[in-house]
Amino acid sequence: MSANALSQHYAEQLRQVRDGLPAELPEWLAGRRRGAAQRFADAGFPDPRQEEWKYTNVRPIATKPFATTATDVPVASDALAGLGFEGLDAYRMVFVDGRFRAEFSDLNDLPEGATVQSLSAMLGGDAARLEPLLGTLAHDRFSSFAAANMAFMSDGAVILLGKGVRLERPIHLLLVGAAGSPATWSHPRILVQAAEGAEVTIIEHYADLEGASGFTNTVTELRAEAGAQVRHYLVQDHADSAYHVGSVFVQQRRDSRVTSHNVNLGGRLVRHDLNIDLTEPGSEIELNGLFLVGGRQHVDTHTRVHHSSPHTTSREQYRGIGQGHGRGVFKGRVLVERGAQKTDAQQHSANLLLSPNAEIDTKPELEIYADDVKCAHGATVGQLDETSLYYLRSRGIDAESARGMLVFAFADEVLERMELAPVRTSIERRLAARLPEAGAMDVIG
Amino acid sequence: MTQENTAMLKINNLQARVENGTPILKGIDLEVRPGEVHAIMGPNGSGKSTLCQVLGGRDGYEVTGGTVEYQGKDLFELEPEERAREGLLLGFQYPVEIPGVKNIYLLKEAYNAQRKHRGEPEADTFQFLKLVREKLQMMQMDESFLHRAVNVGFSGGEKKRNEILQMLVLEPKLALLDETDSGLDIDALKVVSEGVNKLRSPDRAIVLVTHYQRLLSHIEPDFVHVLSAGRIIKSGDKTLAQELERSGYQGIIEEAA
Repeated sequence: MSANALSQHYAEQLRQVRDGLPAELPEWLAGRRRGAAQRFADAGFPDPRQEEWKYTNVRPIATKPFATTATDVPVASDALAGLGFEGLDAYRMVFVDGRFRAEFSDLNDLPEGATVQSLSAMLGGDAARLEPLLGTLAHDRFSSFAAANMAFMSDGAVILLGKGVRLERPIHLLLVGAAGSPATWSHPRILVQAAEGAEVTIIEHYADLEGASGFTNTVTELRAEAGAQVRHYLVQDHADSAYHVGSVFVQQRRDSRVTSHNVNLGGRLVRHDLNIDLTEPGSEIELNGLFLVGGRQHVDTHTRVHHSSPHTTSREQYRGIGQGHGRGVFKGRVLVERGAQKTDAQQHSANLLLSPNAEIDTKPELEIYADDVKCAHGATVGQLDETSLYYLRSRGIDAESARGMLVFAFADEVLERMELAPVRTSIERRLAARLPEAGAMDVIG
Repeated sequence: MTQENTAMLKINNLQARVENGTPILKGIDLEVRPGEVHAIMGPNGSGKSTLCQVLGGRDGYEVTGGTVEYQGKDLFELEPEERAREGLLLGFQYPVEIPGVKNIYLLKEAYNAQRKHRGEPEADTFQFLKLVREKLQMMQMDESFLHRAVNVGFSGGEKKRNEILQMLVLEPKLALLDETDSGLDIDALKVVSEGVNKLRSPDRAIVLVTHYQRLLSHIEPDFVHVLSAGRIIKSGDKTLAQELERSGYQGIIEEAA
């Protein structure tokens, strides 16, 4: 029996799922959910003895009795106002504790060929469209959390773009946790399908209302068909008391291009898995990541890029900053299959430790079975460069500000790759506020 | 020249070494008054760079004896940033690349740090840009330099121009230029020298540290000092530099020995 076996509390919740699924649920979905519930019941929570969970013990999650929510909690709309991105013109879907809230959302003026709906609405209507899309990239086998998400799934976002449909405005998915007693866990599922030549920008954004300390367990399945272009922002800005596990699955077809920006600022215990499958020639992924851990925060990111076809490209840059007693983990796996000739894969992980008590582990993993490929990787963990500090001070800038400038600059090299200026600027501000030494910095664009 | 003024910089029997290393500076004496341009010349390993770093306040150097007064204050009591705000600016031999920090941002922060130090209001962006544009023109630098990261991807010549640009914006009282001529082609040397000459004024002093005489044909010094094995072994006027050019360091060193 594993050290993180399911408590009685969760076993009971799973029993209710298995026995109590609503009769109107399509049979295919009921089957998948029951299967997932069984898988989670059998496996329990992951255990640090499992290689993939070596650095992250989810015991704090496993031992807490998170509850599921079945009703909408009251939320004042001005409580949400401060959580957004100032100046962002976007379609908006707001979720509170995983439940879609139409009253805070805005999906007006979607072009023809674009379906953007809550998962609950879609399942109540055109559910058959989801059968090939839901749970087919994200297998329950992937992890107990992916299985739990399927088992307890109640809501989420569905974004389906027909051939050649280009959304001019981004879609902002704002998923917030509310304060509750007991704290809740929610299992949002996000499904994206960009058909041939479609283009879209999606911001998957997690935050919390005052006093929230819940657990968000999300799964995102994203398909980019031939020539599609998808920009995916994953912004985790939870309260420092909140828990978050998120798994993203991306499948790319011929000549598709996906950009992933993954920013982690908040959270007490956070784990992300980004799984990219480049299945056809010409597909390209760009992965940009930044995490900041301070206090007692723990943020663990695993990326897996699977080059399963020739002529595929990946560009990956992750940066981490550790302060206080923060703990960060980055593990980046690149797998190049035997037939995937002319693969071009680059991965770089750079990390900055600002405190003697902070720790960051970085682990690149390259597995290459083809012989005509270009693969490069690099990983560093270090402190601020003394020469740079001296140079700034020699220009009259005090040591503290100089340190702040250098840390901020280190982070900004990732952020400046974001195309959406309002998102970038807002993140820069939140980042500066979280860097004590850079707190007073004004952000110059 | 205003010889009757008190010295701006007064170095008295300065001895220093790299932390826990062998002595490098073995008793330097030097006085610099407002309006003067001094050149300190010397072969490799004579202590030129150590002198600059000690005056700039870099960590890793240890002063083992002597004093340095800057504008009547004990220089070693001042942090590197305080020295800069008080008007002592060091031009680096190897200007540092700082990814992610834009040139304009560094310039503005440095400029305002100095103003704040003097109790003056910070410059607004418009005023500041106007000032910087004027200085850019002097250095024949394109405005795009402002939006590039500090020294990142700059050629050797561009880096040195950038150092002088900072000087022109920050208007130091005492500019200490560490081998500003190294790595410059003839055209860049001319631009950089013209920039330094623009700094010359009766209330400002310049110390040029250099290996070669060629810089001094563009910036005419009032005094030339020869540094060898951690000591100034000979001082004179600009003709000393010409003498060095003819007979090399070896001749002067032997003559002084």
